[in-house]
Amino acid sequence: MYGKMLINSIVTHVCYVIISVTIGFVLGLIIGILLSRIPKYSAYIFPIVSIFQTIPGIVFIGVLFLYLGMKPVTVIIALSIYAMFPVLKNTYTGILSVDEGYVEAAKGCGMSPYQALFKVELPLAFPNVIAGLRLATVYTISWAVLASTIGLGGLGDFVYQGVSSNNNTLIIAGAIPAAILAVVAGALIDRLQKKIMSRGTRGEAAK
Amino acid sequence: MIKFDNVSKRYGKKQILNKLSFEIPDGKFAVLIGPSGCGKTTTLKMINRLIEPDEGKIYIDGKDIESEDKVQLRRSIGYVIQQIGLFPNMTVAENICVVPKLLKYDKERCDQIVHDMLNMVGMPYDEYAGKYPNEMSGGQQQRIGVLRALAASPPIVLMDEPFGALDPLTREVLQDEMKKLQKKLNKTIVFVTHDMGEALKLADTIIFMEKGQIVQMAPPEEMLKNPSSSLVRSFLGKHSDGEMSSISVEDFMRTNIITVDQDRGILECTERMARSGVDTVVVVDEEDKYVGTVSIRDIKLRGMGENTIKPLISRNVQTVQRDGNAQECFDYLLNSGDNYVIVLNEDDTLAGIVTKNSMAKALSEALWG
Repeated sequence: MYGKMLINSIVTHVCYVIISVTIGFVLGLIIGILLSRIPKYSAYIFPIVSIFQTIPGIVFIGVLFLYLGMKPVTVIIALSIYAMFPVLKNTYTGILSVDEGYVEAAKGCGMSPYQALFKVELPLAFPNVIAGLRLATVYTISWAVLASTIGLGGLGDFVYQGVSSNNNTLIIAGAIPAAILAVVAGALIDRLQKKIMSRGTRGEAAK
Repeated sequence: MIKFDNVSKRYGKKQILNKLSFEIPDGKFAVLIGPSGCGKTTTLKMINRLIEPDEGKIYIDGKDIESEDKVQLRRSIGYVIQQIGLFPNMTVAENICVVPKLLKYDKERCDQIVHDMLNMVGMPYDEYAGKYPNEMSGGQQQRIGVLRALAASPPIVLMDEPFGALDPLTREVLQDEMKKLQKKLNKTIVFVTHDMGEALKLADTIIFMEKGQIVQMAPPEEMLKNPSSSLVRSFLGKHSDGEMSSISVEDFMRTNIITVDQDRGILECTERMARSGVDTVVVVDEEDKYVGTVSIRDIKLRGMGENTIKPLISRNVQTVQRDGNAQECFDYLLNSGDNYVIVLNEDDTLAGIVTKNSMAKALSEALWG
């Protein structure tokens, strides 16, 4: 009976993670790219964004819960926003840390700003972007535990039940699968990165 | 033809270019040179509009470039920059095809261009086309950088200190190739450097700049004969003394060298070193052809159990031809940290040796007679 519950919880948990990380990644990538186009203003935007990031997840989920109610959407919105930050930050710094020489070479060859971005800047920032995705995924797996605070399942169910009933076995039953998920997800992303990245930039990523 | 008409540029209070006017005719190799901060790179980057002038006009073939689309303009002008010109995420073939692809050439034509380009500099297609920049030496990378600029056969190529980061020998080789390519393809080249040797070697016209203005614009020969100011003269330095630049290696090499035959025994060799007070001997074969060197260190480290010196011979020492340019040889000695280079005759027989000592002697003779 616990076995079935556990599998259900893992599936729910993974669903939360995949959906939120996907949304967060896309948003983070887009906003990161946009901010990298206006670095002057971004210097002011980032500190504000960072303040938002310091709001505890449990508070944020709670507030969203008040407005949106007990729906999976509440959890996904909250997790997506948290997953977005690492991707956004890494995309932004990744693009800005691309050596200006490459950008100038791209311009000098006659690339339009878009072509320079997609053919040169983004591919060179790619290791950073993926590092952001990795962070976001691993964090989201642990944050998704919070879903159960508003009664929406996931591995958090075990953890919170365990805490409230003082049952260590239950806590561990929730914590261990979450930890394994995080490790597996990290490894998957590393493999993905190796597959996608060109041989030419791998050396640089290792630095 | 490239024409600058009263072009000025300032950054804040600093005047970078001050009413600059000049013309570069088609098919000429023009070199911009001057002390750092003289505005030579700014001038270059104005031609492909990476930098816009505050005042004045720039014309290419009579057309005001301000009226043209920046991106289109740049695709029609080759551009080579120092060191990191190549995109590290692209292979050699992809790098060469950047501009042709932007111009929407079809794949077949791009392939053909890569073949032709690599062929032109003698780099086999099968070996290099799939390589990434970080898998090649600096010299090879910069060759590809030049090829990328030439790929869409633009009539004008801009080069911003392209060989500055290379070691002296590689730089010489690339300069020679560049000069040949330019003659063959008849491009208009604008080249920025701070190395007068490079300028004299490559240029049809040298444009000497200082504080945003042209001090002198003349062919190398003319500039050597009549430098217009003391600054130009100091830049010409050793080159302006015609005698000095024509000195070849054989004029100051040492010829009394200790040699041994490659089949001689180790003991005999060490004995010889001890008697002559040297730590390295030059090894030759029966026909007096150069084989390599053996040092006392090699003998100490690896000489155990060997009978002859043959297995200990090292071929790492740089060799030059006896009629080679003395300056290249000096540059190598100064930059590489090696203590000597071996001088060979045309048939690879040993001619002599150039040490740091003989170099200093030659220099002092040239200075004080």
